[in-house]
Amino acid sequence: MVHSIDPTLHLKMYEQMITIRSFEERAIELFEHNLIRGNIHPCIGQEAVSVGVCSPLRREDYMVNTHRGHGNCIAKGADLKRMMAELLGKSTGYCKGKGGSMHIADFEGGNLGANGIVGAGLPIAVGAGISIQIRGTDQVVACFFGDGAVNQGTFHESLNMAAIWKLPVIFVCENNQYALSTPIREAISVSRISDRALAYGIPGMTIDGNDVIEVYKQMKEAVERARTGKGPTLLDCVTYRFFGHFTGDPGRGITYRSREEMEEWMGRCPIKRFREYLFREKILTEETEKGILAKVKTSIEEAVQFAMESPFPLPEEATQDLFY
Amino acid sequence: MPEVSFVESLRMTLREEMQKDPLVMLIGEDIGRYGGIFGVTKGLLEEFGPYRVRNTPISESAIIGSALGAAMTGIRTIAEIMYIDFTTCAMDQIVNQVAKIRYMSGGKMKIPLVIRTQCGGGRGNAAQHSQSLEALFFHIPGLKVVMPSTPYDARGLLKASIHDDNPVIFIEHKLLYATKGYVPEEEYIIPLGQAEIKKKGREVTIITFSYMVWKTLRAAQQLEKEGVDVEVVDLRTLYPLDLETILQSVRKTNRALIVHEGCRRNGIGAEIACRIQEEAFDYLDAPVERVAAMDVPIPYSEPLEKAVIPDEEDIIQGVKRVLSRN
Repeated sequence: MVHSIDPTLHLKMYEQMITIRSFEERAIELFEHNLIRGNIHPCIGQEAVSVGVCSPLRREDYMVNTHRGHGNCIAKGADLKRMMAELLGKSTGYCKGKGGSMHIADFEGGNLGANGIVGAGLPIAVGAGISIQIRGTDQVVACFFGDGAVNQGTFHESLNMAAIWKLPVIFVCENNQYALSTPIREAISVSRISDRALAYGIPGMTIDGNDVIEVYKQMKEAVERARTGKGPTLLDCVTYRFFGHFTGDPGRGITYRSREEMEEWMGRCPIKRFREYLFREKILTEETEKGILAKVKTSIEEAVQFAMESPFPLPEEATQDLFY
Repeated sequence: MPEVSFVESLRMTLREEMQKDPLVMLIGEDIGRYGGIFGVTKGLLEEFGPYRVRNTPISESAIIGSALGAAMTGIRTIAEIMYIDFTTCAMDQIVNQVAKIRYMSGGKMKIPLVIRTQCGGGRGNAAQHSQSLEALFFHIPGLKVVMPSTPYDARGLLKASIHDDNPVIFIEHKLLYATKGYVPEEEYIIPLGQAEIKKKGREVTIITFSYMVWKTLRAAQQLEKEGVDVEVVDLRTLYPLDLETILQSVRKTNRALIVHEGCRRNGIGAEIACRIQEEAFDYLDAPVERVAAMDVPIPYSEPLEKAVIPDEEDIIQGVKRVLSRN
């Protein structure tokens, strides 16, 4: 890994990765206590992609998210309290309790929302890119999607459209190698998702999605291209979800992933790797880390407390917010 | 202004809105140099350039999805889907994204999006280019549905739809494009959700919209010769539905017939008939009747297509059925 990021940013990225993991661990606990309905799709294990991709972005840049999107929300600067309140279905949540875990949107923070339909966010990101082009700003769009989405028609339609119009969209595949239970090797005929970029005449690369510095560097380059009118990029970030598809997946996905494979990937934990790097490079000390951990713990607990103490929406709110 | 066609009325409205607001954009297939297959967008690429008149590949999902993304981020967007039959290619984007994203995110943003599309039979375009699918969209909370019948209404309603900060499905019947009518040059807006009584009458209320307004008016003329005086309510907007105008008319005539080109089963007529009996049951002298297309795909051959889609005679018979009950 190369020293191209300043130490403050390194530490901020580390803190964000810890925040994402702690937030989700706490959310899973709340789910298990029946305080969260439906399901959670944890991104634990994929934190390097969220943080590496969002760190080169400005607040006014857009982000389009997926159902496995807590990490991306946090990395894009969402408020933990309003996020946790949304998970608990409270009126103080980002969507006033109408969206839940899969639909957190924070327009002020450039987060255009998360999608429960695989691949459906890609055209929306293209539209945000068109909007930027018409308004003539230098914003960019980070479009997250999973490896499952690359076989939806919207993937092809969107990458093609973004390419022909040179739109400022970075297509980020959070390639955790499984579309629910179906392994990517059984679902595509090329060896790498990034090979598909060739079909659109855009740059595409497959990178180690558990290496936050690598993700950051590739994303920074892609963002520069997008900001300067050079068009879209496809980033295939290979990673792994430590939990299964969702909180209801038996044995964290053991029905379709071998124990050996799961253990091997746990060994490549992005947080552990970044931590070792930070210590090695003397950017992080035990004392600094203690401070970070304490800060994160407090912020998560405050978020949980805020969410628990917040009121539920009133039944009559069900008919509100449909039309402007 | 002399009489203008439905197509010209739409085009002048689009041009006017694009001239007024640099953040208005069109997006769709063959809307650029070609000017749209019915010529609605002719000349607009030359006037406003390729950033604002986005001629797309054949990618209906991406047309609707990107129109949504643009609308969410400050562009007043008018997307065109060439035939309403093709909206099914983009159904996820319309039903799960466009219709839901505002509600799902707690009502935090505006979606100034119009989806213009074209419907209907009568030209031998067969089963995949002739449908009337308005009932699909009417069923989905979060969408407004507009179906004008005249060049005058087209202009006023398209303006209202473009100015609206919510998603609007704006459906144009293909047989209307060539129709002509008076359209003033000065600006006017017809608010969404206001039906219009196209013909006053005493004996039966006929509730209809889009091209069926014309068939109904011709049937009404014929009926007048036979001494039957019907009132014709043109809904103009299906959602929001102007129930008040319907009920006022029904309370006066005590009889109602709904006429539409979409299939009879679960069509717009089913909902309207139900609403009438819920709200005006005591005023009814006869069951509410429907005249609608048969529940089959639109066939190609002329005698078959004519058999499936209601015509003036079917409407006359429908009126007589309603009148035959005491």
